[in-house]
Amino acid sequence: MSTYAQKKGFGATVWDYLTTVDHKKIAILYLIAGGLFFLIGGLEAVFIRIQLAVPNNDFVSAGAFNEIITMHGTTMIFLAAMPLLFAFMNAVMPLQIGARDVAFPFVNALGFWLFFFGGIFLNLSWFLGGAPDAGWTSYASLAIHSKGHGVDFYVLGLQISGFGTLMGGINFLVTIINMRAPGMTYMRMPLFTWSTFVASAMILFAFPPLTVGLTLMMFDRLFGANFFEVAMGGNTIIWEHLFWVFGHPEVYILILPAFGIFSEIFSTFSRKRLFGYSSMVFATVLIGFLGFMVWAHHMFTTGLGPVANAIFAVATMAIGVPTGIKIFNWLFTMWGGSVKFTTPMYYAFGFIPSFVCGGVTGVMVATAAADYQYHDTYFVVAHFHYVIVGGVVLALLAGTHYWWPKMFGTMLNETLGKITFWLFFIGFHLTFFIQHFLGLWGMPRRVFTFLPGQGFDAANMVSSVGAAFMSAGVILLLLNIVVTQVKNVKVGNDPWEDGRTLEWAIPSPPPFYNFKQLPLVRGLDALWLEKMEGKKGMTPAEPLGDIHMPNASFIPFMISLGLFIAAFGAMYHVNDKPWAIPVLILGLAVTFGSMLVRSLKDDHGFHIHKEELQDEKGAEA
Amino acid sequence: MQAEEKLTYETWPASPEKSTLEAKNKFLGFWLFLGGETVLFASLFATYLSLKDKVPDSTHHLAKDIFSVPLTLVATMLLLTSSLTSVYAMYHMKNFAFKKMMIWLGITVLLGFGFLGLEIYEFNHYVHEYGHTFTSSAFASAFYTLVGFHGAHVCFGLGWILALMIRNYKRGLNLYNAPKFYVASLYWHFIDVVWVFIFTVVYLMGMVG
Amino acid sequence: MKRLANWRLVSLFAMLALALSGCSGKPFVSALRPAGEVADIQYDLMKLSTYIMVGVIIIVMVIFIIVFFRFRRKDDRIPKQVEGSHTLEIIWTVIPILLLLILAVPTVSATFKLADVKEMDKKDSDALVIKVRSHLYWWDFEYEKQKIVTSQDLVVPTDEKVYFDLKSLDVKHSFWIPAVGGKLDTNTDNINKFWLVFDDKKANEAGNLFYGKCAELCGPSHALMDFKVKAISRDQFDAWVSNMKAVKEPEKAQTDVAAQGQEIFNKSCIGCHAVTPDVKPEAARVAPNLTNFGERARVAGILEHNKEELKNWIKNPETYKPGNEMTGKYPDMTDEQLDALAEYLMGLKVQD
Repeated sequence: MSTYAQKKGFGATVWDYLTTVDHKKIAILYLIAGGLFFLIGGLEAVFIRIQLAVPNNDFVSAGAFNEIITMHGTTMIFLAAMPLLFAFMNAVMPLQIGARDVAFPFVNALGFWLFFFGGIFLNLSWFLGGAPDAGWTSYASLAIHSKGHGVDFYVLGLQISGFGTLMGGINFLVTIINMRAPGMTYMRMPLFTWSTFVASAMILFAFPPLTVGLTLMMFDRLFGANFFEVAMGGNTIIWEHLFWVFGHPEVYILILPAFGIFSEIFSTFSRKRLFGYSSMVFATVLIGFLGFMVWAHHMFTTGLGPVANAIFAVATMAIGVPTGIKIFNWLFTMWGGSVKFTTPMYYAFGFIPSFVCGGVTGVMVATAAADYQYHDTYFVVAHFHYVIVGGVVLALLAGTHYWWPKMFGTMLNETLGKITFWLFFIGFHLTFFIQHFLGLWGMPRRVFTFLPGQGFDAANMVSSVGAAFMSAGVILLLLNIVVTQVKNVKVGNDPWEDGRTLEWAIPSPPPFYNFKQLPLVRGLDALWLEKMEGKKGMTPAEPLGDIHMPNASFIPFMISLGLFIAAFGAMYHVNDKPWAIPVLILGLAVTFGSMLVRSLKDDHGFHIHKEELQDEKGAEA
Repeated sequence: MQAEEKLTYETWPASPEKSTLEAKNKFLGFWLFLGGETVLFASLFATYLSLKDKVPDSTHHLAKDIFSVPLTLVATMLLLTSSLTSVYAMYHMKNFAFKKMMIWLGITVLLGFGFLGLEIYEFNHYVHEYGHTFTSSAFASAFYTLVGFHGAHVCFGLGWILALMIRNYKRGLNLYNAPKFYVASLYWHFIDVVWVFIFTVVYLMGMVG
Repeated sequence: MKRLANWRLVSLFAMLALALSGCSGKPFVSALRPAGEVADIQYDLMKLSTYIMVGVIIIVMVIFIIVFFRFRRKDDRIPKQVEGSHTLEIIWTVIPILLLLILAVPTVSATFKLADVKEMDKKDSDALVIKVRSHLYWWDFEYEKQKIVTSQDLVVPTDEKVYFDLKSLDVKHSFWIPAVGGKLDTNTDNINKFWLVFDDKKANEAGNLFYGKCAELCGPSHALMDFKVKAISRDQFDAWVSNMKAVKEPEKAQTDVAAQGQEIFNKSCIGCHAVTPDVKPEAARVAPNLTNFGERARVAGILEHNKEELKNWIKNPETYKPGNEMTGKYPDMTDEQLDALAEYLMGLKVQD
């Protein structure tokens, strides 16, 4: 079974990735797929900014514009930001806790393929009669009113990819609870692992309401139900609640891992342990908890009444406190440190002012009575882009540079990386800062054009110019990746030289079993402790022995493919296509058949024998 | 302990459902999954409660007109009993008594099918007697979605337990399949708990109006 | 360096903001030029939260800059590994809580104040209540007690509380007059209520005209679902109401061409568009009421108010408001017919 050392042809590599259950390869799949969707979503953003650069523009039509904004939001949140975070969680979290894989390698692969097929399904809408056009929030009255299959693509695509995310969440939770290396107590876990833990718990409780909301929408649109048909007794506000009960925690699902990434970077490049580690952990958990208590602040203008609005306003403000704690802890991590300005550190530095801006406007929009002015305007657009781009995207870019050597064994070019940062950072502020004012001056969000003479012209132009800078930054990053991979200069275990956590104790990229011997963890920043005592690496916690590994499997791909096929059947059955129902049944048969095969066929995995491990070089634990 | 090992009554561990790392993971992962399922059903309950008796006009029947407690009480009894029998099955599983476990699982499945049969009869009755169909009103959509989701869970649970029984019929218990039996019974209990809530919220509270 | 650049940008934008909102005599759009009690309350809250938040930003930035310059890596020393500091952590937990309390109290009180619509539910209140009904890309306004209906141009008296009763008849929209006060959604399921005050002095400065917008994505022409608000004194308002009420049957056309237009209108348009202000059931009001069309500020809420644009609009509404409900509901017209129709419609005036 030891095929891991062989050179493979192209076909074999593809098959390897189609069937892999290795968390590191799945991470690469997430990175590639998420990166691809990030580029698509970015292109959509560029179209938006071209259309809005000047008043009365006709670069795209009104209908197409709504499709673009809907797909931009949906793609960026569900198909870019989350999968890219999942890429890092997969690549790094098991290494950080000293595990050989995640708890359910098979389910891990299944999660990826569900996300991937869901994303592909959603994006096929562009070629099959039009994309969804009711906004990423897809409010029910408009979504039910929307003609064509756009919204159906949204409902079914997100449903499929949502299952994948949910599985990923459960998987990470079990991994962190059950599979920590000896000595890795909860309060010794790196912050990125902690934030993965809390974000996964939030996924577990936040995604089911979305699943229900999407199911109701699907029943209404495809199977004649009346959940949102007011004339039949339905109620559209139910959708708003279900969506935001999911949607608000979702924001924290994105931002907490981003905080985790920056916590690692600040600490590493300041050569200091994280300031106030335990309060950081506490703040992360508290944010995760409060994240479920504030959803109705997205609905201040829905008319829930002053009592609900006041309660949710105050609850929302409360989240500002743990977030503030984090900002100060980061600053004081650097205080007294020895700060090295690498590319990841550039992003981390840029993150602080950007995210603080997004955070304070967050408190402003929490001010319910004033939010009646901000709501659904460009002020809100500016706010959440400051949080999501200034927080999550900067973290993703930082994480890409920081962990690239660990994932691929090569180092991205630092000079190009820093230029990328400047282009992106300047472009980001140029694009979004002015949008605060646009909102206050009276420009609603999601408008496909604006009339001249309202004072919006110059500001929109500025914003569009900023988008060009951001695009240039992203293109440069791609160039950097290509150049780096072509040069292919391999690096060692700890290429940043300041690594503190376990992932830097093993080769880059790690062998497929990660740790030849599980490491003994003696405190927070396990590797740093050993380094400070003059040791080269971790002390093993076990004698060299056989390692049990899971088998690769093509079944995850098939299960996901089945749902992908079934979704077409479900969707076209409203058009009375004779093939629709058979296709639906066929798809479900593929899915459940594959599940049955998985259930009936024993899969005990395989063992790597001690002797083989001894032959492997460079895998010192 | 290795999952594939052949074990005897003497070497069979006290908690076979979590004696290997894989089993521990499965055990915990499944509990977490049930946590997510709880939120799923909570959302469905919330939807049902806000759409209860919301019909387009007065020609439509309301909850108090259509629900009959005797029928659903029988269904409740069947499902509650099946939960108990699955407990017996797990008791025998822990004692390495494969045959007894299979018998009790068999009874569980039969009771489950009984429940399902009653539910199908019930739905059929509503459709034909009251014109209460999935598409007739928001109330009906919400009712069939909530109760139907539960029914789908029952179906899946029955298929799952049956598949496990058939697959392992010849080879008896080991540490590889014991956790599988265990989580399947956990799932069955969960279905039962959800039904208790459905019985209370939909039927009993429905009768009151 | 980059900090400096940012601050310059900020001041640049601030100046831009002033310049753009500073021109008088033009209709207001901006929430930064409040023209009524509600907008004032909201503007005050904005200012309060901005001050607090700028304070927070300054503190963070000071520490940030010190860190940036003082703790760069100069040598290979290993800094002291500090676990944390309880004093500091308590400080930056307690101070934000206090700051948020300072903000929370006025927020809660304002939230309740803005939602106080008891007056409109009283039996014999003489409060002015306007029922706003939103449709795909146009607005319908019913003055409940005055028993008149108008569309697209909302006419309100200044310096008194005007109560709104909001609902949508197709998909969800949101009713927003930025300069006068924050928005409220028009739901399809239920009626939402709130109040606004239109400040007389500010209204005069704005030429008695405010811009209103739809703020909730409602389809292709969401961006074009504008309306206008004519804010006039109570006397003028009363006069307008009685003028409107005087229109018992459609205005007679004044000229021959207009008479021709009226004939066309009665054949092709009157099925949807009313030209009398009387209150018909909501569901029957499927298109904007045109009783005082000649006195409106815009054609279809967006185009210059002249015959040429009106003809363009009737000729092909789809180019101007994609996805509207008017396209295709009437036969194509010749230029002659359009001329006549425009002449007639522009003559529909109630005030002399």
